[in-house]
Amino acid sequence: MKTENQKAWFFVLPVLLLVAFNALIPMMTVVNYSVQETFGDNLFFWEGLGWFEQILRSDRFHAALGRQAMFTGLILIIEVPLGIAIALSMPRKGFWVPVCLVLMALPMLIPWNVVGAMWNIFALPDIGLLGYFLNHVLGINYDMTQDPVAAWVTIITMDVWHWTSLVVLLAYAGLVSIPDAYYQAAKIDGASNWSVFRFIQLPKMKNVLTIAILLRFMDSFNIYTEPFVLTGGGPGNSTTLLSIDLVKIALGQFDLGPAAAMSLIYFAITLLVSWLFYTLMTKDDLN
Amino acid sequence: MAKITLKNLRHSYYPNPKGPEDYALKEVDLDWQDGGAYALLGPSGCGKSTLLNIISGLLVPSEGQILFDGDDMTRATPDQRNIAQVFQFPVIYDTMTVRENLSFPLKNRGVDPATIEKRVAEIAEMLEVTDMLDRRAAGLSPDNKQKISMGRGLVRDDVNVVMFDEPLTVIDPHLKWKLRTKLKELHQRVGRTMIYVTHDQTEALTFADQVVVMELGEVVQVGTPVELFERPAHTFVGHFIGSPGMNVLPAEMKNGVAHFYGHPITLEGPVKLDVSGKLEIGIRPEFVSISDTGIEAHVRKVSDVGRHIVVEAEVGEHRVSAILNGQPPEKGDIVHLQFKQSQTRLYADGWLATDVAPETITSGEDAA
Repeated sequence: MKTENQKAWFFVLPVLLLVAFNALIPMMTVVNYSVQETFGDNLFFWEGLGWFEQILRSDRFHAALGRQAMFTGLILIIEVPLGIAIALSMPRKGFWVPVCLVLMALPMLIPWNVVGAMWNIFALPDIGLLGYFLNHVLGINYDMTQDPVAAWVTIITMDVWHWTSLVVLLAYAGLVSIPDAYYQAAKIDGASNWSVFRFIQLPKMKNVLTIAILLRFMDSFNIYTEPFVLTGGGPGNSTTLLSIDLVKIALGQFDLGPAAAMSLIYFAITLLVSWLFYTLMTKDDLN
Repeated sequence: MAKITLKNLRHSYYPNPKGPEDYALKEVDLDWQDGGAYALLGPSGCGKSTLLNIISGLLVPSEGQILFDGDDMTRATPDQRNIAQVFQFPVIYDTMTVRENLSFPLKNRGVDPATIEKRVAEIAEMLEVTDMLDRRAAGLSPDNKQKISMGRGLVRDDVNVVMFDEPLTVIDPHLKWKLRTKLKELHQRVGRTMIYVTHDQTEALTFADQVVVMELGEVVQVGTPVELFERPAHTFVGHFIGSPGMNVLPAEMKNGVAHFYGHPITLEGPVKLDVSGKLEIGIRPEFVSISDTGIEAHVRKVSDVGRHIVVEAEVGEHRVSAILNGQPPEKGDIVHLQFKQSQTRLYADGWLATDVAPETITSGEDAA
């Protein structure tokens, strides 16, 4: 006999409570702030979609979004091909495999604020090894605290140093799963190295690369700690990425309404781009 | 197309092989005639895949030479040798359509588009994949994928040899026989040399005109399926081919006559000179019969396998199988076994040690 009742819902309750406390309630607070105005004393006035309109029309938001898109775009353009290239040149078997893998994993094991601090000191023009070398040995005028271009070069280099390994490791995992027979068949078919890459290696890496790009997109789009420690968003606002700007509005200016609206828009953009990318990349596998 | 000659081929996967046990291939001398259908048969680890990879150029042998029509190709790449190989698991280019897959080897060699189209259409028709030509190859079933892999080998009309490395491993049993007959038919149609590597005797015997049997890195016998069955040159061949395999029974020579368990056995013909080492008598179960006289044996097991009955009997502690038709004995019966003289052979250290008797001596009668 089958008993039908709704008691099973009680088993879901603990998880529901947990998610409510760490995600749903804070999120709803943000939604709450985004549609109201407050002058303190817990007095709230209905604001409707006003803050959203203000953010979407603000030049400051556009500029930060532009910088953010440029940052994410640049690191993806550099890290993905570079990661694939490194993975392709890594040995597939033998003594050097674990050595390479450990070396590759090292940058990812360093805490983010430490990475920012390291690169900050490394790049300072008078005391940092890199800064000193560029300025006093090579004679290149390089000062990331004064020059926006230098600041950008530094944060991009830092991110590439920190995260290319992720792409390398995922691409490598895809590469080692290709059976030898594929390479042998390609040799027999007279395929060029480029064809082997284009028709065997790249298709076999497609799934892991999708994940790699998705992870790098989300991480870099939400990046905060490293540029905050490295440049603090400067010089001027030149490296003020979305998250840095958001924190300035929320905790610096204490404009909770606009900050809440901005963080929801920010969240929606991240979600939308990730969803679009993932759907497009996996579309072929469905049929 | 070419005749392929293997000369004193030896291969070891170790950089400094010491004894013969370090060699995956011990010493191979073989000729593959142009247009032949060959099978390379042997258990896993006997060196057949090593031999195949040496012929295709994926592996350079430690010693010896490979000649194509007399030209030394030992160090030539697979591409230069102009060979084709079909692997155990279907290898297809996932992102391409079936048509693009089949055209790929031709395109890489700069064949003109009109010829490519003609060849691809021909091969597709032969393999019965014409209706799939414009589908993505990734979505095909394993047997169709394997057909496409074969197609990529056959589409080039100048290949010296097409090699198959256990190509039916991942194919469903009910499709295996279909592909097997297809292969045989393809060989007859294209007349290309084909080498088929397998550990399955049925596959080898149905496909090949000549079967090369290997064990422990050595070629033990080359022959037609009938020769392998009727006159195994080595007890291994007798054992490996046939179901059940050849009975291999301990023997000793007394006054020039072979004896098994105290019974004198008449052999097919004279024993070769200077025979020494471990002596064994080999007789296939098909040529063992039950009679009123002969070697006394104890029936241990009777199994009806459909077309015939397999009887396992014991002579002392030695097991002898017989394949019978008609009324079988019961388990536990005492029977008398007869060996057909023309099919009873002596082996010394595993190798055949008797010659076929001259006409005058063979009278065809059975002897006990």
